[in-house]
Amino acid sequence: MICGNHILSWMTFVPLIGAALIGVAGKSSARLIALATSLVSLACAVAVWAGFDPGAGLQFEERFQWISILNIDYHLGVDGLSVTMVLLTAIITPLALLAHWNQDRDEKLFFFLFLLLQTGMFGVFTALNFFHWFIFWELGLIPMFFLIKIWGAEDRTYASFKFFIYTLAGSIGMLLAFSFLYFATGTFDMVELRQLATSGELKAKVAEFVVGLNERTGLGLTAAGFTTALFWGTFLGLAIKVPLWPFHTWLPDAHTQAPTGGSMVLAAILLKMGVYGFLRIVLPIFPAQITDNIQILMGLSVASIVLGAFAALAQTDFKRLVAYSSVNHMGYAMLGIFATAAVAGPEYFDEKSAALGGAMLQMFNHGISSAALFFMVGCIYERTHTRNLAEFGGLRKIMPIYAGILGVSMFSSLGLPGLNGFVGEFMVFKGVFPISLFWACLSMIGLVVTGVFLLSMMQKVCFENLNEKWKSLPDLNCREIFIGAVLMFFMFALGVYPSPLLDASNSAVKGLVGLF
Amino acid sequence: MNPVWIILFAPLCAAAIITLLTRKAQMLSALISCAAIITGFVLTLQLFAQQGNWMSPEPLQWLVVDNIVRIEFGATIDRLSILMLLVVTGVGSAIHIYSLGYMKGDPGFSRFFACLSLFTFSMLGIVLSNNFIQIFIFWELVGVSSYLLIGFWFEKHSAAEAGKKAFLTNRIGDFGMMLGVLLLWTNTGTFNFAELPAKIAAIPSCTLGLIGALIFCGAVGKSAQFPLHVWLPDAMEGPTPVSALIHAATMVAAGVYMLCRVSFVILPSETALTLIAWIGGITALMAATIAIAQNDIKRILAYSTLSQLGYMVMAVGLTGITPAMFHLTTHAFFKALLFLGAGSVIMAMHHEQDIWKMGGLWKKTPITFATFMIGTLALAGVWPLSGFYSKDEILLLALEHNKALFIMGAFTAFLTAYYMGRECFVVFFGKPRDKHAYDHAHESPWVMTLPLVFLAVLSIIGGWGSYIPHFLKPDEHAAHHDAWKGFALLLVPAAGFLLSAKIYLKADASDAPVKAALGRAWTWVENKYYFDELYAWIIRYVQGTIAMLCELFDRWVLQRLGIGGLAGTTSVAGKTLRLLQTGNIQSYAFLFGLGVTVIIYYVVVR
Repeated sequence: MICGNHILSWMTFVPLIGAALIGVAGKSSARLIALATSLVSLACAVAVWAGFDPGAGLQFEERFQWISILNIDYHLGVDGLSVTMVLLTAIITPLALLAHWNQDRDEKLFFFLFLLLQTGMFGVFTALNFFHWFIFWELGLIPMFFLIKIWGAEDRTYASFKFFIYTLAGSIGMLLAFSFLYFATGTFDMVELRQLATSGELKAKVAEFVVGLNERTGLGLTAAGFTTALFWGTFLGLAIKVPLWPFHTWLPDAHTQAPTGGSMVLAAILLKMGVYGFLRIVLPIFPAQITDNIQILMGLSVASIVLGAFAALAQTDFKRLVAYSSVNHMGYAMLGIFATAAVAGPEYFDEKSAALGGAMLQMFNHGISSAALFFMVGCIYERTHTRNLAEFGGLRKIMPIYAGILGVSMFSSLGLPGLNGFVGEFMVFKGVFPISLFWACLSMIGLVVTGVFLLSMMQKVCFENLNEKWKSLPDLNCREIFIGAVLMFFMFALGVYPSPLLDASNSAVKGLVGLF
Repeated sequence: MNPVWIILFAPLCAAAIITLLTRKAQMLSALISCAAIITGFVLTLQLFAQQGNWMSPEPLQWLVVDNIVRIEFGATIDRLSILMLLVVTGVGSAIHIYSLGYMKGDPGFSRFFACLSLFTFSMLGIVLSNNFIQIFIFWELVGVSSYLLIGFWFEKHSAAEAGKKAFLTNRIGDFGMMLGVLLLWTNTGTFNFAELPAKIAAIPSCTLGLIGALIFCGAVGKSAQFPLHVWLPDAMEGPTPVSALIHAATMVAAGVYMLCRVSFVILPSETALTLIAWIGGITALMAATIAIAQNDIKRILAYSTLSQLGYMVMAVGLTGITPAMFHLTTHAFFKALLFLGAGSVIMAMHHEQDIWKMGGLWKKTPITFATFMIGTLALAGVWPLSGFYSKDEILLLALEHNKALFIMGAFTAFLTAYYMGRECFVVFFGKPRDKHAYDHAHESPWVMTLPLVFLAVLSIIGGWGSYIPHFLKPDEHAAHHDAWKGFALLLVPAAGFLLSAKIYLKADASDAPVKAALGRAWTWVENKYYFDELYAWIIRYVQGTIAMLCELFDRWVLQRLGIGGLAGTTSVAGKTLRLLQTGNIQSYAFLFGLGVTVIIYYVVVR
């Protein structure tokens, strides 16, 4: 097979090749090329998934020297932490492209940027060296900026700049933190850094580096304080992306203004990049720092859950409401992740694993349900050119299929058993509960409030009297039904049988939990 | 394949087939749905006939990841679940058939049956569950079916509101239940009903009381107990067969069933028992008082349901698992009967539900009238109908354990006879109040009256020979109460009927004399003690305020002051830095440059 050992590279760079092809091809073929390339990537991702051995560690590794003077390797691989995210990216992107099948303004540029974005996303989930991980991380940022800026809604300029400045400000903290880690250890490799951290060498090396730094600058830093600063730097970059309360205010604007496919990808995948960063970088490299600040971190997660839900309740804009639901849902994932560090030592191993496993499942599930919800918002926006909830109502009468898909997506987001949302949230609760009763109880308030805003949304859009203006709106067409059906398939399948995803991430989850 | 799986999954298949394939073919859809539940009923009867030789099927390992999470999907077959299966499939079959007539001509005919089948599946799931998580899963699924069916006529504002209210009120109860289940799991390490009883003893009594109370929260929501009772009367917005099946006979009884199923958690804790008994008693009395002042034929029945559920919950609280289940069963018969009868009246009156627009209907709808009277007498607990036996067991239990609750219960029984008498007399006797509607009133078709007759028979014989308590506890002789006490209690409903007859059994009956006698109290019960207003106020001011504050905080504090301030600083810094640079470099490019410079600097210095 041509891909052979380089299947991850192929998966990552095929979209880039597609983007180049779009550059030279005609206008009308842009969407075909985009879809075809994203399907090739999907095929690669499925092959990776099929060949993935849940018991083994890093797989499909690729590594060669890239910039030898700086000791930078091009290093790729997937393990239980990333394989589900790779799959999610591969599934969502073609659907988002399909959502824009009738894109009629600057379509070449649109699909070009979309493919660029896809490369960035795959790159983040497969890179194991911070150097090119960071390049991909930024590569995800720039196309999204233009997607919002050019094809966004009325306030697109404001939203796109806000999105950009926020994420960039976060990135800088992270870049600085990693630069310092590099100077202390001489490596950007995440696997090596993890090993150094686990064996305790990292601490010694940072201490040594701080001594040197103090000699040169006379600042009088302490090693512990310095490491904590590095931790917060990294934390900031990732927390903004997740987004964790109170770093979330870019999100409602960016989501609301972005074009449908942009919102789908933004919610389903770009947010996961932040969470993934916590799993890949923060947990292994800064375990002690998380444990030291655990109450703050758990508190921020619970604030995301509860305050995110309450803020969603106050929204009158359909899309903004769905955007806030992302803050709410990512809060569950972060709560599960931080629970891992809530108590040091081997105690509560199973509980911590449950919380972390649940968080990983929640990431995937939120990807599916948020993409579906944003797609549903997009469908109705395309038809009515408004997102004002007060103008809708009674749509179920004229658009029963739309109402059905929206209803299922809504219940999936609400965490209804039988659909995908439940198992992840339940495992997070089950894990967090014995570890931190207080935060678990507080976060479960979110269960009720999430229900309130989602059901109110459903009522305002689909039930009661139909607005006369919309009485001739067409129901979903075949293309739209297809997108909805694919997403609904995953909602039902993962709701009834979530084991494959849990099994895939299990050994990686246990590995992470074992670090504490 | 074990027949239990067929009983459980046939309705699910029916729901899926209707939704995906036969939505357009209305009659076919309905027949598929009916076939599924009747199959379940027949198979359950077969199981029932095996008397004691039951084998629970091998549980499926649903969610198993090492030691991290281990959740089975099983089916418990024992006397408790078989009795409940019989109730759900038996009463359910009658109501499915009745719906063929009642829902005829509704544009959502297929959708109705799909939802009904989904409900049946979920309800059977609760009945068969062998662990807490499984029961919780189906618990939520019945919540959804209930939501879909209450809001069946979604164009109506009140229906959409009522569906949402039901789901969310239940969600509050579920929140408590989930906490209780997790707390129990933390203390025992298992969710499984079969493994739990052996591990209960090790839990400190204080914790156990808390667990019991929290798990009871789930029942408070689902069985509409005080203070979460507000959703059930509004749930009457759903089609009448739904009110009969879900909001009277089966789903609302699921809370009681769940308490009986997990009685091993509740019975050892005195605190939990006291709480449960009192909540039940309060609900029974409160709902009965409200019922005397309602005018909607279905709402009166809804408050009556609340009141009877209160009895069952009270029985559980008084350690009477068997009496609770006994009353649950007989109540399912006669309350389903009453609702279906009410539906038949509503149809006859062309969708009129106000009892003060009816009157004299007994001549026009004789079968409905006769069966409705049987239901009424059974509900009031008149000998020898089923309600007499089951209600007496509960009242006598209360007499033994707690005199105060007995008095509340007995007074509730009096009120029950009184408000049911009022409803019957106003609807079926007296002179027709709406002449036009009366002239066009007609008896319902046989698909509707046949289920009425079937349920009427059950309502009569359901309590005979104490067969049901014997079935539940074959080796235990039913507590032999003195027969005279039971018959003495007959005076209570008799008094109720007499009083209501005196007031309402006349041509120009009205509420005026009662209103005058009760004064302010009438206003309170007429307005349901203002619970809805209180909760609406809380939602509007507390929840609304928090939501608004969150929004304001995001928009102003974080965005304008925090980030705005930061952005201001950045732009000042940027302008300053721009002075140093010759070109017009974007700020981000500059910052990248800075990063790279830092890297190179350190590499060189090192």
